[in-house]
Amino acid sequence: MTKATIDLALNRVAAAIAARYHDSSPVVAGIHTRGVIVADRLREKLADIGCQVRSGTLDISLYRDDLDNLGTMPSLKNSDLPPVDWCDVILVDDVLFTGRTIRAAIDGVTDFGRPRRIELAVLVDRGNRELPIQADYVGETFETERTDYVAVHLEETDGEEGVFLLRKS
Amino acid sequence: MAKKAYFCYESPSNEPQSMTDEPRRKDLLDIHGLSVEEITAILDAAVPFKELFKRSVKKVPTLKGKQVLTLFYEPSTRTRSSFEIAAKRLSADVTNFSVSTSSVVKGESVLDTIDTLQAMRTDYVIIRHQMSGVPEMIARHTDASVINAGDGYHAHPTQALLDAYTIRETFGEIAGRRVLIVGDIKHSRVARSTSRILKMLGADVRVFGPGTMVPDDRPAWLQSFANWDEAFAWKPDAIYLLRVQRERQDDQFFPSVQEYHKFFGITAQRFARVRDEGIYIMHPGPVNRGVELVDAVMDYERSLINLQVENGIATRMAVLYWLKPQSTPLPG
Repeated sequence: MTKATIDLALNRVAAAIAARYHDSSPVVAGIHTRGVIVADRLREKLADIGCQVRSGTLDISLYRDDLDNLGTMPSLKNSDLPPVDWCDVILVDDVLFTGRTIRAAIDGVTDFGRPRRIELAVLVDRGNRELPIQADYVGETFETERTDYVAVHLEETDGEEGVFLLRKS
Repeated sequence: MAKKAYFCYESPSNEPQSMTDEPRRKDLLDIHGLSVEEITAILDAAVPFKELFKRSVKKVPTLKGKQVLTLFYEPSTRTRSSFEIAAKRLSADVTNFSVSTSSVVKGESVLDTIDTLQAMRTDYVIIRHQMSGVPEMIARHTDASVINAGDGYHAHPTQALLDAYTIRETFGEIAGRRVLIVGDIKHSRVARSTSRILKMLGADVRVFGPGTMVPDDRPAWLQSFANWDEAFAWKPDAIYLLRVQRERQDDQFFPSVQEYHKFFGITAQRFARVRDEGIYIMHPGPVNRGVELVDAVMDYERSLINLQVENGIATRMAVLYWLKPQSTPLPG
């Protein structure tokens, strides 16, 4: 994906969110690292089309199921959510792959309270799920192999814009 | 930079997850031997852990199913409970092996005890021992991660980490800060570990204490003062009071605790000066009121003593998160 197609995809996602939440203000919570940036952009677009949302960030490192296998320590960031009891929460990430990050994020959100509903918005859905998890809002869907690596590069973190596929040959 | 392909095939420069660079270690035995990068990674990790304390649910599932064992051969209430709270907030199961009730009094050797613990499939062993080097010996004989919670006169690395964290949190950064450590420098593992970590992170550390208790073989950078006037003239940002270890007072390094207070304690008169100059006060606890300091210091707004206790839990959570027991089986 290029800068332009990323932007178009996020417009579609924002429009779909705005259509559902025209009379309530959900919490749009980005998952560190790039999910936070995608969430920031979505919030801007939602504001432009008159949809008010609240913001939050979530670090899922402490909820991972693979800490035992990691040779280095995942760096921790603050999770910062407004009160979520009886609110709608939209989790935002850059790539949806195995679903394990989202599982961890759902556990993380529920430690903050009991939301009315948790939804998921992603820029890219690359398939290959390992858990029964689906996104409610998807920017682009790609068919990939399990061994492929999908890299999302965003200006804010990577100094360039694009979605790339690294295929094991 | 324009990318032609909608989906192009080239090597990405980024990593899938944001990771720290340093490999995780099995044990934490001493500050000596750690790199500045490792120390900084632990202190950074402690920040989000402290944020957890503000939530109604203070617990995370990070160490779910892991077994933590505290093994204290010396009396301790706060360090042991601090580790216990830290481990429990990470969802680990904690067993306290108390020496007075254990088979140690029945004559079991340390290594036999460790064999027992190994058979119990412990993942983390937190040990305090009156002999220097025992945690290291245990670390060599077990797959579990060993954390030194104080060994003899040698080291107390988690105390040093929480002290460094507290100074960083209070002053914004550690580099360039002046910290005066007062008391029994010679027999203090706290002084040894805390002075080293602060020095590594760029602070200026000096010491002051009874002549019999300031060792001549201390590192060259650790200068000492001859009296309080000299020490105050140096304009310290924080004064770190060491606990007078009454239980180790058999050797008579100073005549009496009253004498100690008069010459080395924060008396009412010195406290006035501390307050005027806005100097912060630290102490590893437990405090001997009327010995290291007068009662009023406990209510002083620049006393960091309770903050040190709070930060102790967060930094110990960060240490448990950082260590990697070898007992963990790898898949495949």
